[in-house]
Amino acid sequence: MNSRDLILGRVRRALADVPHDDTPYDQAVDRDYLREHGDRSVEETVELLAENLADYRAIVHRCTGDELPGVLAGILAARGSASVVVPPGLPPEWLSAADTARVEDRAVSTVYDLDEVESVVTGCALAVAETGTIVLDGGPDQGRRRITLVPDHHICVVRVPGQVVSSVPQALERLDPARPLTWISGPSATSDIELDRVEGVHGPRTLEVVLVSGDGPDRTDANGGDQA
Amino acid sequence: MSGGTFVGMPAFPEAAHDAVNNKTLRANLRHATHTIRGKRAKAVAEVSDWAQLREAGKRIKDHTLRHLDRYLVQLEESVTAAGGVVHWAADADEANRIVIDLVRMTGESEVVKVKSMATQEIGLNEVLEAEGIAAYETDLAELIVQLGKDRPSHILVPAIHRNRGEIRDIFAREMSEWGRPAPEGLTDTPAELAEAARLHLREKFLRAKVGVSGANFMVAETGTLVVVESEGNGRMCLTLPETLISVVGIEKIVPTWQDLEVFLQTLPRSSTAERMNPYTSTWTGTTDGDGPQTFHLVLIDNGRTDTLADEVGRQALRCIRCSACLNVCPVYERAGGHAYGSVYPGPIGAILSPQLRGTASEIDASLPYASSLCGACYEVCPVAIDIPEVLVHLRERVVEGGPATREGTKVVLKPAKGHAAERAAMRAARWAFSHPGALRTGQRLASRTRRFHPRTLPGPGRAWSATRDLPAVPAEPFRDWWQRTNGGKDTGK
Repeated sequence: MNSRDLILGRVRRALADVPHDDTPYDQAVDRDYLREHGDRSVEETVELLAENLADYRAIVHRCTGDELPGVLAGILAARGSASVVVPPGLPPEWLSAADTARVEDRAVSTVYDLDEVESVVTGCALAVAETGTIVLDGGPDQGRRRITLVPDHHICVVRVPGQVVSSVPQALERLDPARPLTWISGPSATSDIELDRVEGVHGPRTLEVVLVSGDGPDRTDANGGDQA
Repeated sequence: MSGGTFVGMPAFPEAAHDAVNNKTLRANLRHATHTIRGKRAKAVAEVSDWAQLREAGKRIKDHTLRHLDRYLVQLEESVTAAGGVVHWAADADEANRIVIDLVRMTGESEVVKVKSMATQEIGLNEVLEAEGIAAYETDLAELIVQLGKDRPSHILVPAIHRNRGEIRDIFAREMSEWGRPAPEGLTDTPAELAEAARLHLREKFLRAKVGVSGANFMVAETGTLVVVESEGNGRMCLTLPETLISVVGIEKIVPTWQDLEVFLQTLPRSSTAERMNPYTSTWTGTTDGDGPQTFHLVLIDNGRTDTLADEVGRQALRCIRCSACLNVCPVYERAGGHAYGSVYPGPIGAILSPQLRGTASEIDASLPYASSLCGACYEVCPVAIDIPEVLVHLRERVVEGGPATREGTKVVLKPAKGHAAERAAMRAARWAFSHPGALRTGQRLASRTRRFHPRTLPGPGRAWSATRDLPAVPAEPFRDWWQRTNGGKDTGK
């Protein structure tokens, strides 16, 4: 007998005492927990996102769509980044005011190439206010997972309120499990040494989130539909 | 370099004895468990529907376990459809063999690892090392344990027993053996230590061709695997290598994508006391051009189906490895994780290890007793595992023996060795209580000889009295006192 059949057989014998139950799964579990915690207006939800991001030591900026290129240029200049990696579908206007050298993540480029780059700018799939989390799903304005991992400085643009949900349940509803997802809450951190929190072990040590409101140089689809 | 094995561990009381006398260890542990316990209570209090989330988590897991065969088959189908390859391993040896063969097929001789309880449980690092394959742990705490040739002592913070000075010494001494040395003049500030680990490991991440991980959850419906972490080492191992091998216990399944909404709320708050851990990665098979292009899932049983067969003990399989029960346990706080002789320490380890491994060894037979049954572990458990109930159930099995399942076969266990004296004492007590004359005589004799009683017992009773003083025998048996004083009315004495 192969191990698959062996294990499945063991499972079935182990459950011999359990009465048969055909309740469909959607009725088997009571989901009387909350879809979101608290009753907030749209503005309050965005405010909560900003607070929770900052609480986990992300640096939060807020601007309108028109101001975005200036804000991004300012962040890169303040950091003194020599180069910034951009995903293939990043709206070109976003970095129109920045004079930092742009690096594209190409199929042939290696992780060693990426390791030379200081910063990365991406959009996101959505952000979760209650937990202060941004979620990337590999959409055109986010690129491959590695580009937001190897550089030390990640700037993530979140369109508010369109890309903001209140809670984890609302986030999962909107995400596609078939795509590789990365949920990011603050910069990389460890508490392994006497439970002292230290930012930045292996991922980006600095996370800056730009909350962009209003119209302007922007995309429309939360899942990365149209490309620039 | 190995995380060490637990083979030949002494029974819990003996191992705990050393820990309790180690002041540094106790101070490290006390600081850590109390810090995390306070933070956790705050994080949990933030969500008003904690009780409902806990109940839903329990029910999702119970439902999954009840139909585990169906969900395993569904998971296999969905992972395969998404481009992954599923392997089944009945025990640790088989799982290790599968991983070795998979690594061999890549032609590589090193792997980078995400912290994983499952691979620790099967001793994968040691087996890989014996086969000439270097396995690098990349979680900071695991790195400390691995470089220190030590053993993990906590599920979440494996190096919880080490303070910053000890960690500095380990890094300064060992890093150069395995790659980039620690920087000159390394101090013991956490930031500097973390930086040393970052530099040491980055060269390994960038050149790694094979990653090995576990998973916190597997979604049957979609074939999605989930890894929850903080440092980014998980993301490195899950996305940079060309081949990813995930070794996961069969109980880690949840039926639907929606189910994650429960556990992604309860797990971070219960384990690290955060609203959300810094990084969560989910992947479904392989994605063209992004991340590993070859994905293997190794599903391991290794005692889980035996645990499933126990109607009381099976609830241990609900565990999502948050480690909250360790941090509130008064016994863990004093004894430390090593005393449990397993990669699963603390209250959950005390019920999981004797079920996964059976109660034949001395250490496993002693684990159900490594508890004061205070119930704090049950209170904090985010999936409501009634750990005290299972502990009592396993104590009965150790002392009385009885039916159990081992490697899929029903067996009748004999009482564990070493508990013969306890059974004899209970039999003697039964006899004495049903023979009042003998009881009276015995009690009087005991009272009259009380000056000569030792404080500890000789022979088989020594183990019992090594951890307690014998109760003092009263000057006069109660029944004599009652008769002499007419129930206390005559003298008021």
